[in-house]
Amino acid sequence: MESALDKYAGICGPNVIDQLRQLVVPLKGIKVIHVNSTRKGGGVAEILAKLVPLKKELGIDVSWEVIDGNADFFKCTKGFHNALQGNKVEIPKSLLKNFEQTNRRNSEELREKLEDADIVFIHDPQPAPLLEYCPDRRGKWIWRCHIDASRPYRPIWKYLRSFVSGYDASIFSLAAFAQPLPHVEYLIAPSIDPLSEKNIELDRSEVESVVSSLGVDLERPVMTQVSRFDIFKDPVGVIRAYRLTKKFIPTLQLILAGGEATDDPETLSVLDKVRTAANDDPDIHIMLLPVDAHRSINAIQRASDIVFQKSLREGFGLTVTEAMWKGKPVIGGDTGGIRIQVVNHQTGFLVNTPEGAALRARYLLFHRNLLHEMGEKARSFVRENFLLTRHLREYLTVMVSLLHGRGDRIELK
Amino acid sequence: MPKKKITHEPFEIKDCALAAIATGQKAQNLRELRDNIETVAPSCIAYHFWAGKLRPRFDDPEFNNDFAAWARHALHDKVLAERLGMIDPTSFDRREDMKQELLDIIEERLDENEHIPWASADQQFYFITSQTVVFSALKTIVKPSELVSVVPEMTSSSIFYHFIDARRRTFGHIDDFRAWLYGFEDGYRDLCDILSNIDPFFSTLPELRQQLCDIFIDYFGKER
Repeated sequence: MESALDKYAGICGPNVIDQLRQLVVPLKGIKVIHVNSTRKGGGVAEILAKLVPLKKELGIDVSWEVIDGNADFFKCTKGFHNALQGNKVEIPKSLLKNFEQTNRRNSEELREKLEDADIVFIHDPQPAPLLEYCPDRRGKWIWRCHIDASRPYRPIWKYLRSFVSGYDASIFSLAAFAQPLPHVEYLIAPSIDPLSEKNIELDRSEVESVVSSLGVDLERPVMTQVSRFDIFKDPVGVIRAYRLTKKFIPTLQLILAGGEATDDPETLSVLDKVRTAANDDPDIHIMLLPVDAHRSINAIQRASDIVFQKSLREGFGLTVTEAMWKGKPVIGGDTGGIRIQVVNHQTGFLVNTPEGAALRARYLLFHRNLLHEMGEKARSFVRENFLLTRHLREYLTVMVSLLHGRGDRIELK
Repeated sequence: MPKKKITHEPFEIKDCALAAIATGQKAQNLRELRDNIETVAPSCIAYHFWAGKLRPRFDDPEFNNDFAAWARHALHDKVLAERLGMIDPTSFDRREDMKQELLDIIEERLDENEHIPWASADQQFYFITSQTVVFSALKTIVKPSELVSVVPEMTSSSIFYHFIDARRRTFGHIDDFRAWLYGFEDGYRDLCDILSNIDPFFSTLPELRQQLCDIFIDYFGKER
């Protein structure tokens, strides 16, 4: 049977997998534990579900532990998440006390394993206090922050910092997301999994079937933005860009695809504005998809000629990576992690206004050869830089770095 | 091609991986950039000159270091970008000298301007350093002609290690291939001359690998 690593070798090339096998040599036999707060759902669980088996296949003794908590625990940690992203969130003391008690209770079950591990990765704020409940730990503890903490709400960050300061190291996704801490702070950019439902190759017939069922005509040009209905994703700006483009390309269609409406009043309010702006235009398709509609999203991206991510503010923007992996040039907002991925005139265009987005869309739709060329560059750029295998290599590198000393160069024998 | 006598150690193919590390230092204007450059470790300056090709970013064909790219894209100072872009990191024997060259160019530009150029808040320059982990690719060659078969199999980071990183490790700031070939009787001087014509800073690593493959095939023939 083909191993998981072999499957990735088919996409990234065998030398990339050989490199992982060489890099892991000094890590053979060490005990590594990842801890987060959910086995399913959310980006962290998705990444761990892939990374942990791959590390095992490479010969590392790795396990994945999940802490549990009650509704108040998750209400509190949701507040942390929002606060780290800059929202002014006040969290009652009773919830903070419950947060600490939940970690203490989980530590009683996990302590022996955690204290015995060579490396412990604690993901996000939920299990962060575990460190102080494991006083006899012998290994290195790393706090992995997956959240854009570039402008955190200070009172909450001050509270969380008291738990994460004691770690041996932390990992942030971008330098801009890092906060000053009294230990080494590694940088590892996010990645996408080319074998997941969201990114796996699809037959043309499946793409056509999915998109046609949504009322989109594949004989005509399609522009798409896949995003939450959030003011910072600027869906109304995308509609304006579409209208400006449609004056020149009357057959143009627009898809705005996002998660199903929640009880979040902000989402509902943005959705209302989007619908008003769409004004029943039959060529604007507003799609509310279930959170697990990964294959449909995949098909929509593949059916598109151009993908937008016209955010006004953005963390990393993995939807950009996903679209580029499908060979689509991306017209993205000139902000955050989009700048790292969309290289102006190379893998797409960076824009600041709906007018700018429309101008670039017109240009690409009139220069089809350039559109395809940029799409190819985008795919190749993702292959080199943003696939899971690169993410895994950087985790291995951090582990070697932590276990094999300081200095700016480590020569392994 | 006449046979040349092997007089040198085998060539061990190595590979490397970078652990990027945030320093916490950042700059939003040219003076802050200058002040930070003065205080950061030389390894941080080296990272912004050398490591671009190994990071998850597109190779900027216009500039070969992060300072020049930031001057152009964030400060919109074309003059400064052009001057910084011409700094050749291989021409300095000591990292401190390279840092001084950077400072001199920036200070000259500060003197020329009445106003200090600023970047927007979300386009600050973040100083990053790194640890390089070097490991064996588990391949060793003894004959130069074997380069024909091993170079196509090398990863991008292995090409980086032997062709770019080597320039700050080797005597004379040359790549590892030339450093090895020079050890042979008559030193494969013709081949080394061809290799010395490759400017490593304006190609992607896959492009560099292809250029090297083409040169070795032309020189040794395909039969190896």
